[in-house]
Amino acid sequence: MRGWLRTDGRKGIRNVLLVVYLVECAHHVARAIADRHAGGDVQLIGFPGCYPNDYAQMMMERLCCHPNVGAVLLVSLGCESFARNRLLEVVRASGRPASLLVIQAAGGTRRTIERGRAWVAETLPLLAAMPTTALAPHELVVGTICGGSDGTSGLTANPAIGRAFDRLIAAGASGIFEETGELIGCEGHMASRAATPELAAEIVATVEKAARYYTTLGHGSFAVGNADGGLTTQEEKSMGAYAKSGASPIVGLLKPGDQPVGGGLYLLDVVPDGEVRFGFPNIADNAEIVELIACGAHVILFSTGRGSVVGSAIAPVIKVCANPETYRRLPEDMDVDAGRILEGRAGLDEVGAEIAALVAAVAGGAPTCSEALGHQEFILTYKSFTPAGPACLPAAAR
Amino acid sequence: MTHAPPVLLLAPEDNVLIAVADLAAGQIVPDAGRAIRLRQAVPLGHKLARHPIPAGGRVIKYGAPIGSATCAIAAGEWVHLHNLASDYLATPGADHGA
Repeated sequence: MRGWLRTDGRKGIRNVLLVVYLVECAHHVARAIADRHAGGDVQLIGFPGCYPNDYAQMMMERLCCHPNVGAVLLVSLGCESFARNRLLEVVRASGRPASLLVIQAAGGTRRTIERGRAWVAETLPLLAAMPTTALAPHELVVGTICGGSDGTSGLTANPAIGRAFDRLIAAGASGIFEETGELIGCEGHMASRAATPELAAEIVATVEKAARYYTTLGHGSFAVGNADGGLTTQEEKSMGAYAKSGASPIVGLLKPGDQPVGGGLYLLDVVPDGEVRFGFPNIADNAEIVELIACGAHVILFSTGRGSVVGSAIAPVIKVCANPETYRRLPEDMDVDAGRILEGRAGLDEVGAEIAALVAAVAGGAPTCSEALGHQEFILTYKSFTPAGPACLPAAAR
Repeated sequence: MTHAPPVLLLAPEDNVLIAVADLAAGQIVPDAGRAIRLRQAVPLGHKLARHPIPAGGRVIKYGAPIGSATCAIAAGEWVHLHNLASDYLATPGADHGA
């Protein structure tokens, strides 16, 4: 494994130049700047909203200073509320090449695109010249998510990812699992794995918050496709999703943007605090992936049964396919054939070892299927959180 | 194509088995030395009852309750939306205060 060393001491496994629109009105201009290099390490992300939001501001700061990011070009319309100068200062303070283009000041669409393309052309050679250094297992942060789940997800891919998590965490890495709304019914078991009784209480409270939130909305995370695949209830889906976490002790509870404190297994709380606002907590899988990345995840293990094809901006996504039929239908999109467990062609430990080895290969520069196909999905919407209390990160309080 | 058993038992205390292939009505599947005759077709990834489950009884998978039977379920019956309901979100307000 190798990485690019950043000034905060973290290392990235990619060296991405981000083009960032700060309101939907700047999206086209930002896309035109990034499109010239589509599919490579020039990537487009953005926040669509015009009104200010502390969560979105914090998320953008974390994402633009993610270790996989080497340089940042911000594209603003000019009249939106995003604190663009503050974001620019944060990125510059991190030592990264950064620039801000304001369309209303730069002379409109065409001139801004020209200036943006020129900045990208000047900056790419700087990134290419940056040296890499060895990356140790304990410097790696790995996130996991499931999407397009079916009845096979909880039987093959999720427990195999759990075995991979156990291996990576035993080697000193940080692992993050998430979506408390999909863990309803598992809170007692999670509490029994918590490093401290105070953390156990926080975990139970955070799942109760998720249950209240989804009950108020009148919806769960349960989709029609889940039932077609054989899952009947929320708690059944929860137990299957929970298997991704493996068997390590839970050492912390994060909120989006919080960084792990040392190696170990962390739960990420993605359900907003306070009264229900802004609609669904996460409108699609990529919103959760973005939150894992904001917590510093270098790479994402994505379990799918029905066959999600997504990747992500900033961090590579490894697709672990739970269903052997799906794998045969979508082989180009799937990195790991975990469904062969159902056909008696492999065991959970074998597939878990394969996933852990693939994480190391991807951290060494090997492209994932979604990277090779050019996937760079990104979603960031309005949310609101209160900071996590000291009981959530016992290692930091020591 | 494969000699692996057509069903999976995830935890010893479970009262459902998981089909790992599309199974036909009338098919016999093994379960801990017994044989269960399927009352309906059970698609890949879906559940079938190992034992009779009374109405209101808990359905156990992964060694944990995943909901309650909404009617009596016979051994070999397909277990899904028509006879199993969540104990959580299907009854909003029952388990959680305001």
